[in-house]
Amino acid sequence: MPHGTDECKHIFATLSEYLDLELSPEACRELQAHLAGCAPCGEFAESLRKTVALCHEYQPSEMPGPISEAARARLQEAWRRAVAARKPAGAHS
Amino acid sequence: MAGRPEAFDRFVEHFRARIFQYSWLMCGHREDAEEVSQETLLKVFENFDQLREPQHLRAWVLRIAKNFCLMKRRRSQFAPTQELSLDEFMPVLDHNGGQVKLQIADWSALPEDRVLRHELRAVLGKAIAALPDIYRSVVLLRDVEELSTEETAQILDLTADAVKTRLHRARMAIRQELDSYLKTMEGPVHATRN
Repeated sequence: MPHGTDECKHIFATLSEYLDLELSPEACRELQAHLAGCAPCGEFAESLRKTVALCHEYQPSEMPGPISEAARARLQEAWRRAVAARKPAGAHS
Repeated sequence: MAGRPEAFDRFVEHFRARIFQYSWLMCGHREDAEEVSQETLLKVFENFDQLREPQHLRAWVLRIAKNFCLMKRRRSQFAPTQELSLDEFMPVLDHNGGQVKLQIADWSALPEDRVLRHELRAVLGKAIAALPDIYRSVVLLRDVEELSTEETAQILDLTADAVKTRLHRARMAIRQELDSYLKTMEGPVHATRN
């Protein structure tokens, strides 16, 4: 199949939905048939799939600094209240 | 929610890092990300009784974080929305000699070497950070946090179709940046592939 057709452009527009399994079964079958017969589109789709996989495993290297004692105390107090509010009336810890 | 003392530490440790990393990429400033993570956790604890669907806790927390990020952005600077066109990311075709070639890098073997993987991760981080806000917010929730299209749509007050459109353009932009990096790893000899 010659690459660069309108069908190829349509494929480029729907690749993410294909990778996310959000295409209808019929559209998915058509896209798979195209990818099987059009090497450039197949290669491009694979590069996009790997891009998504890299994003999934991406973890920023930046981590927050240590939490201050004052901030921790505020959070702990809010947590304590939240826990107390969720206990049914009459329950004791 | 467990009332055990270690539950608090586990919750804060887990979510503070996640919120910080999301906010860091959304706000672009360490100080803002530190503040957003603390303000978000406080609001989460103060509003736990409003959490209707515990299975969507992460999405609920990130929605609160997103709102704090928006407030930070309004306080700092106004950046006009930049739209990405899908046409920008269509691969270049080389019709030389009657044969059509796709000019993309060789993705068949991504670097396994630890140093190169680290470098690739840095390129990915820069590519995400360089995205216009409306695309970065979607790709962070969908692909980095791995929330569903529906959860992302709810957090960002978008339709599911808008999430899909922005996600695809964001991925294409990131792919292009990674592709450029991979080409530099190959050298000019292998830059054009069939």
